[in-house]
Amino acid sequence: MMNKFEPAVRADGLTVVRGSRTVLNSLGFTVPRGQVTGLLGPSGCGKSTLMRAIVGTQAHVTGTLDVLGRAAGHPRLRSRVGYVTQAPSVYTDLTARQNLDYYASVLGLTRAARREHVDRALTDVDLVSHADALAGNLSGGQRGRVSLAVALLGEPELLVLDEPTVGLDPVLRRDLWNLFHRLADERGATVLISSHVMDEAERCHRLLLMREGGILADDTPDGLRESTGSATVEEAFLHLVDAANAGSDHRTNVVTLPDTRQEQAK
Amino acid sequence: MNAHPSPAGTLPRTPSGGTPKDPSEATSERAPRAFSLLRTLATARRVLRQLGHDRRTIALMLVVPCLLLAVLSWVYDGKQHTFDQVGASLLGIFPLILMFLVTSIATLRERTSGTLERLLSMPLGKADLLGGYALAFGGVAVVQACLATGLAVWGLGLDVVGSPWLLLVIALADAFLGIALGLFVSAFAASEFQAVQFMPAVLLPQLLMCGLLVPRDTMQPVLAAVSDVLPMSYAVDGMTQVVQHTGVTGDFVRDLAVVAACALVALALGAATLRRRTA
Repeated sequence: MMNKFEPAVRADGLTVVRGSRTVLNSLGFTVPRGQVTGLLGPSGCGKSTLMRAIVGTQAHVTGTLDVLGRAAGHPRLRSRVGYVTQAPSVYTDLTARQNLDYYASVLGLTRAARREHVDRALTDVDLVSHADALAGNLSGGQRGRVSLAVALLGEPELLVLDEPTVGLDPVLRRDLWNLFHRLADERGATVLISSHVMDEAERCHRLLLMREGGILADDTPDGLRESTGSATVEEAFLHLVDAANAGSDHRTNVVTLPDTRQEQAK
Repeated sequence: MNAHPSPAGTLPRTPSGGTPKDPSEATSERAPRAFSLLRTLATARRVLRQLGHDRRTIALMLVVPCLLLAVLSWVYDGKQHTFDQVGASLLGIFPLILMFLVTSIATLRERTSGTLERLLSMPLGKADLLGGYALAFGGVAVVQACLATGLAVWGLGLDVVGSPWLLLVIALADAFLGIALGLFVSAFAASEFQAVQFMPAVLLPQLLMCGLLVPRDTMQPVLAAVSDVLPMSYAVDGMTQVVQHTGVTGDFVRDLAVVAACALVALALGAATLRRRTA
């Protein structure tokens, strides 16, 4: 079986093309098991596409992308990876509990196991009191939590969460981040969370900073701050973006970057 | 600064789970089967539960065909022969149109709301999804066909030479054809507006040429040839066979087979439009 020290996700030369646009350009990174990894970057930098590639719903993926020891999108991974899309993907004309019950049976859970998993997922996202309300009548944040609860069903080993805390109040956001850490610490789950809010980065074990379809940095928050001499992850990100911009605009002036133009000329 | 927040509070535990699990034994890894009865029935139950929260749609689906039949018999008051012909045709056309509309909108919503993407990233077979929809809407179609056929035959005096059960059988086949066509066209609609427009685009030409307005053998040869390859022609023809003949005629069997085959082809084409990976 799988080596538990093997990374949960390993990408090498990962490229995704949509139409004529290269959305992800030859990415290489790993996501360690049992930790909370943040995928940060401005909107439109390719975070969602990367997440869709990892769960196997993205077409035109080339390069290597291994998830839990198998090629991403392998049929056997479908019950081991929990995925939350940016927009809540639940049935608005069903109650929260009915939504969870259906998705639990799609995972192949028997009736008794279904009830247990559904109750636990509702408790995890703090929606027990709204379990029997129609999802369509819930607030946007509550509906998002129903969607998150669906991903928790069946104790997936890898959770891929696309901006799960957007638009939530600070208390809820804190509670959800505590939940993500409990999932990693107590259940050994690997959690990959995207966000464009940099202050959430401080709460992750590791960070993947993305920009324009590439990985800008792959480090711990502490490591990032130290290597860039910044006080916050946000500052570190800006520092890296400036460095990258300077590199692409005036490559000859940046001593730390190889002068690719001269190399090409040779 | 605390970069590694420690957990606050504890999770409710599973009876089995005490310590963090070894990832390699956390989930028994199973290859999902292409078709599973459990998942198909769960999907059918989910679709029916959705309908259950929408009483008005149920009422419209069941009552409107009956009302239309009643109006029709009133329109043809004193012209029993015409009512027999047109009424029988409509008993085949109603389930087709109704199921087409309901299915195309329902599956379009599934595609646009992200629930389809989520389902296809989970261990759900395409056959489970299609089968679940066919089962749930097929069940509604049975109720609707029973009500409409019962009203037409016993309430409005539709003169049927053959068995009313055969009427029900062909009405059901028509309903399945509607479900299959609806599933298929929903792949080409980007919005509910477009999905609704597919009804006149796909079904009205068939309605004009199916023999409801003019007998098919008296139509202009080109139109007659076109109507020969349109499935609704056989749906209506099957109904007419039952109205005019006792017992199961060869034509009835042919009509039933053509409608069923068209439904299966449309269903297979519909399945091909469900992609696990999308751009």
